[in-house]
Amino acid sequence: MSVLPAGMPRPVAEADTLDAPYWEGTRAGELRVQRCRVCRGFQWGPEWICHRCHAFDLEWVAVAPRGRIYSWERAWHPVHPTLRDHGPYIVVLVELPEAGGVRMIGNLVGDPMQAVTIGASVEAVFEPHDDATLPFTLVQWKTTASLL
Amino acid sequence: MTPRECSIRARVAIVGVGETTYYKHGRAPEAEFALALRAILSACEDAGIEPRRIDGFASYSNDRNDPSRLAAALGLPELRFSNMQWGGGGGGGSAAVGNAAAAIAAGYADCVVVFRALAQGQFQRFGSAPPGGTVSGEAALTFPYGLISPAQRFAMRVMRFMHDHDVRQEAQRAIALASYHHAQSNPRAVMHGRPLTAEAYDASRWIVEPFRLYDCCMENDGAAALVLVSAERARDLRRPPAYLLGVAQGSEYRNAARGHNAPTYATASFTTVAPHLWEMAGLGPKDVNVVQSYENFTGGVLMSLVEHGFFAPEEANEFLTFENLIAPRGRLPLNTSGGNLAECYMHGLELQIEAVRQLRGESTSQVDGARVGLVISGPMVTPVSSMLLGTEDTL
Repeated sequence: MSVLPAGMPRPVAEADTLDAPYWEGTRAGELRVQRCRVCRGFQWGPEWICHRCHAFDLEWVAVAPRGRIYSWERAWHPVHPTLRDHGPYIVVLVELPEAGGVRMIGNLVGDPMQAVTIGASVEAVFEPHDDATLPFTLVQWKTTASLL
Repeated sequence: MTPRECSIRARVAIVGVGETTYYKHGRAPEAEFALALRAILSACEDAGIEPRRIDGFASYSNDRNDPSRLAAALGLPELRFSNMQWGGGGGGGSAAVGNAAAAIAAGYADCVVVFRALAQGQFQRFGSAPPGGTVSGEAALTFPYGLISPAQRFAMRVMRFMHDHDVRQEAQRAIALASYHHAQSNPRAVMHGRPLTAEAYDASRWIVEPFRLYDCCMENDGAAALVLVSAERARDLRRPPAYLLGVAQGSEYRNAARGHNAPTYATASFTTVAPHLWEMAGLGPKDVNVVQSYENFTGGVLMSLVEHGFFAPEEANEFLTFENLIAPRGRLPLNTSGGNLAECYMHGLELQIEAVRQLRGESTSQVDGARVGLVISGPMVTPVSSMLLGTEDTL
């Protein structure tokens, strides 16, 4: 059961392959981000160069799929035809303290009218879309009791 | 030379402004290119300049109306300057004026027109999803989650800012009410005759929390243009020149990091830009009589005013009241034509025009003795820009 109905825009890796390892990772149930082999800094979103030390030597590492809500919004107006008659949904921006504080966008699983707290702990929920022509997996988030 | 000494300060002026009728989205009766031509001719007429004297064009946000086609259509003897400010949204509005001024100050051209034309009915709308079933790059990180439109993109920043500083919804409401109030005395305004009350604001639907319907700009059809010449030439023309006192453009460290990873996140992108503006002009917030601040969304105006130093984030609730924001004698009269919310979403260029009208004493919501006007363009995008205009006696 996906958070948003089928028919939303489907992600595909960039033609230049920059972000392909991320999307391959989600299919394998892993949350991967870039990490510089030289200065060891995490980097997200993906880029060809490390913004800290300018090395072109970035590897993809699986990081702990948990974090805390950095910001959020409840969207009401349907900007895509698929969302017509769907009702509100929550988008969260999640900070990953165990991966250098990089941030990820996803939906918050559960009641769309739930109260959302900035700073709340969340963990990733992998949402496969196996029936798509080019199957893909989204990364959603659900709140957890534990504090990081 | 200091940055101020080698700058365009006091060397270039806006001498003519013009616009078409402003239409609701999709209602323009003619092609976008024709609208652009009409606005340009209107600005030349206002300036008392023969249109064939134009020798340069500057615009922003990938305006579709190519300067070479404009020059051919207008039969210009020569085109000497053709400039596009990179970046989407309205962030380039003041930068385009600055680019035009730099060209004049550097001798690349003598008479440069800054313009923007939009007939969205003929093209893709801003506030709707683009066609096509797949997305890649930055869009792949956000669109599948229903984070698609500009309102959705920027609500995330504003939500964090409001959380960090305990800003109440009423602060955003005051900005919307001020724009609608000013539009009621402006016959050009699309929302002229459509006043907004606090009750109607509170009852309006959410677009995306924390933005209600009236926190969001309109989408419109029309065109706007400004004519710039050197300060020296400006003094021979018929309208009182509005002199450029400063322009700055840019954004913070890694502002465009994909997937909402800008390190300085809850800002309008002006924290590094505004200090350059004040330095060039040799002015500060206390010197400004009237502000035109681009409203894509009211929360962007709020953060823009903070970053330009008008009040601290913690003072937002107290500062942003309807009474403080209205002409003629509010503490900081804001968006005195109605702006993007209620005059016309001319991608912000109507704000530059209104700033000129204020300095001429010709606004429909005139601020008493306005001598220095600030225009802030396109909060939360990158790059953004802002500019200061002054009357002759501010030089």
